[in-house]
Order: sequence, then structure tokens, then C-alpha cells
Amino acid sequence: MYAQMVKSTGHGVKPLDEMDPQERAFQERIDAGDKIEPKDWMPDGYRKNLIRQIGQHAHSEIVGQLPEGNWITRAPTLERKAILLAKVQDEAGHGLYLYCAAETLGVSRDELTRMLLDGKMKYSSIFNYPTLTWADMGAVGWLVDGAAIMNQVPLQRTSYGPYARAMVRICKEESFHQRQGFDIMMKMANGTDAQKKMAQDALNRFWFPSLMMFGPSDKDSVHSAQSMAWRIKMNTNDELRQKFVDQTVPQAEYLGLTVPDPDLRWNDETGQYDFSEPNWDEFFDVISGNGPCNTERLNTRKQAWDDGAWVRDGMLAHAAKRKSQGIAAQ
Amino acid sequence: MSNAPELPLWEVFIRGQHGLSHRHVGSLHAADAEAALKNARDVYTRRNEGVSIWVVEAAQITASAPGDKGPLFEPANSKVYRHPTFFDIPDEIGSM
Repeated sequence: MYAQMVKSTGHGVKPLDEMDPQERAFQERIDAGDKIEPKDWMPDGYRKNLIRQIGQHAHSEIVGQLPEGNWITRAPTLERKAILLAKVQDEAGHGLYLYCAAETLGVSRDELTRMLLDGKMKYSSIFNYPTLTWADMGAVGWLVDGAAIMNQVPLQRTSYGPYARAMVRICKEESFHQRQGFDIMMKMANGTDAQKKMAQDALNRFWFPSLMMFGPSDKDSVHSAQSMAWRIKMNTNDELRQKFVDQTVPQAEYLGLTVPDPDLRWNDETGQYDFSEPNWDEFFDVISGNGPCNTERLNTRKQAWDDGAWVRDGMLAHAAKRKSQGIAAQ
Repeated sequence: MSNAPELPLWEVFIRGQHGLSHRHVGSLHAADAEAALKNARDVYTRRNEGVSIWVVEAAQITASAPGDKGPLFEPANSKVYRHPTFFDIPDEIGSM
């Protein structure tokens, strides 16, 4: 997902009767559906795990602007350009909401940015794939934002208050992203033969990377079990991936496009689709830095940070000067 | 990357369309109040969420501690007579 393979610090979930009274009271609040707020006591592991997860989520929103930003100047119409611009601006906003949520846990936004730029924190593997044609804008909105929604909707009920509230805002806006993507796909799929071919090609390239967004199977993972006990992860990766496939395949059929998986078929017994696993070697390769665009994405973020330094410095200097002159902002 | 000081944190409050109070919506970083207002407009009102914005530097907020929850709020629990439903009004009186 936007946060993939977040490692927790625990070694499996501790039973309630082995916890000290403070930790036990904390777990009981979570089990009762209470929200944990910034100043409440929390176990170190909960705090660290959340910083990693929310930070990775925030970085994904920010880096996620790049593949689509690539097409703003080349959108086919002024209306499409305005829509894409609004979508990319939303992604920046989502990153900011999430950085703010992470900051309530005692890490600063600049520290998180530094860890991203130093390669110490990750962002979703999906943004290391290139966007080669305009149809990719459709596929990204439809599939990538669609996969993100699968994960983000349940996270509105997560145990950490600021994270849950950020998710509520994000989910409200995310639906626009998926619909505008599907709208592009409908236009392309019903267009000329060349346009339909572009739409199919975009689906071919983004299908398996979208399935990878949910991360490898974690049904036996102790990290996942701990995150689920803390309610900072609400479903297993496999559950969400299955739900995504079941929802998306009929949409592809509506578009008249073929999902690039020869083993995809409806299973009457399970009432779900059977489908092929993505290539997990490719996933591990991309997430460890060797995807098609990893270097370019990180360099772009570094350059943006460095190029913005004089603006940040200037604004701080201006604010300090006005303060010393006793001029309040209007 | 530079180690310049971080832009201060501001809390953002928005008054929605329907005459309700300003409500906390989130926070952001900005060098001063003027920049914080502009950023708040971009980050928190892209879809007509409000008609008025307040920003206040986060460091200026004094908050109650979670540990004070009991002493501060529990006394209200025993004062049920503060709620109108405490009093039974006969049906023949009608609404009151």
C-alpha cells in the first residue's frame, strides 16, 4: 500500500496478562474502540511504528505527484489540464495532512523529509514506474488511487486520532481522483484504435505494480499481527488485494479492456476472482531502490528541497525582520 | 541539505458555510501569520470548506493534560440535574 512492509518493533503480540498495567490499559482502550490522542501515554513501539507508517504514507503522497506532474504541460485539453493540476495539488495537500499527523508523535516534518532524501525512509513502490503516455494518467487514477482507497477507507477507523482524522479528509478527496482516472480510461477505450491500444497498454503496465501496492502476503507476519492489534492496520494485505481485484475486473470489462493475467477467472465456490500473484522479486528490487525511476524521483525531490532553501530562508528572515520592527501581520 | 531552522507550526481553524463556530481542521508550517493564512487557504479550503480562517501559532496554545481528565471532567457526571431530561414534566403540560 502507500505504506508497504512497515516493520514493527515487537516480536509478536503480547497477551494482555503479560502486559504491565499501563500498557494493558492502553491496549484495552484500543480494544474498546477509543482513539489515542497525541499527549496520551503510548508504548514506544506504537509511536515508532506509527511514525514509520504515517511518514511513509506522507512521502508517497509527495513523491506521487511526480509521475502525474509529468503530464500537466501535455494534457490533451485545457479542462484535462485543470483537472490534473487540481489532482496533483490534492496529493500535496494529502502529504501535508499526513506530515502534520506524524508531527504530533514528536518527529518534525524537516526530519521526515531528511530521512526521505537520505534514503532512510521509503515511499510506495508504485511511484517508481514511469508514466509513458496520456493513458497512464487514466490508469494511475483508476488503479493506483483505487488501490489507495481500498487501504485508506478502513484507516479512517484507525486507533490514532490525528491519523484517522487525516484519513477522513483524504478519503473525501480521493474519490475525485479515481473517477477522473476512470473518465480518462472511458474516453480512451471508446476512442480511435490507437487510443484504445494506449489504454490497454497502460493497463498492461500498471496492473501488477498496482497489485504490489498492497505488499506481499502478511498472513503469517508478526509485524502485521502487532499492527492489527494496535489498530493501525485494519486488514491483511491479501484481503485488500482480493477486494481490489474483485472490484476492478468488472470495471476493466466495462471498458472492453483485458486484464493482463491469463489465470484470472471467476471462482464460483469462493465468490471471488482467482488471479496470479505479481512478481515479488520485481517488487523487492523496486522497493530496495532499483526500479525504473527510483533515482530520478529521489533526485527530483532533493533538487526541489535545495532549490526551495532560499525561499524558506527568505521567509524566515522577513518574518524575523517584521517581528523586530513590531509589525504584526494583517 | 541545509540545517536552517524549521518554519514554525500553526494550527488552523475554519468557519464553515453554515454559521457554525470556527473548528480546528489541522496544522501547517509557515514563517509568519500572513503566510500561514495563505497556506491555510491552499491546504484546507480547496473545496469551499469555509468562509473564514483563523491561524494561531501552535506554541501559543495551552492545553489540558490527559492526566487531568478525571479532576476536570468527572465532577460533571454526578450533576445529572443539569440536563433537562432529569425533570419529568406531565404529558398534559405539552412541550416545554
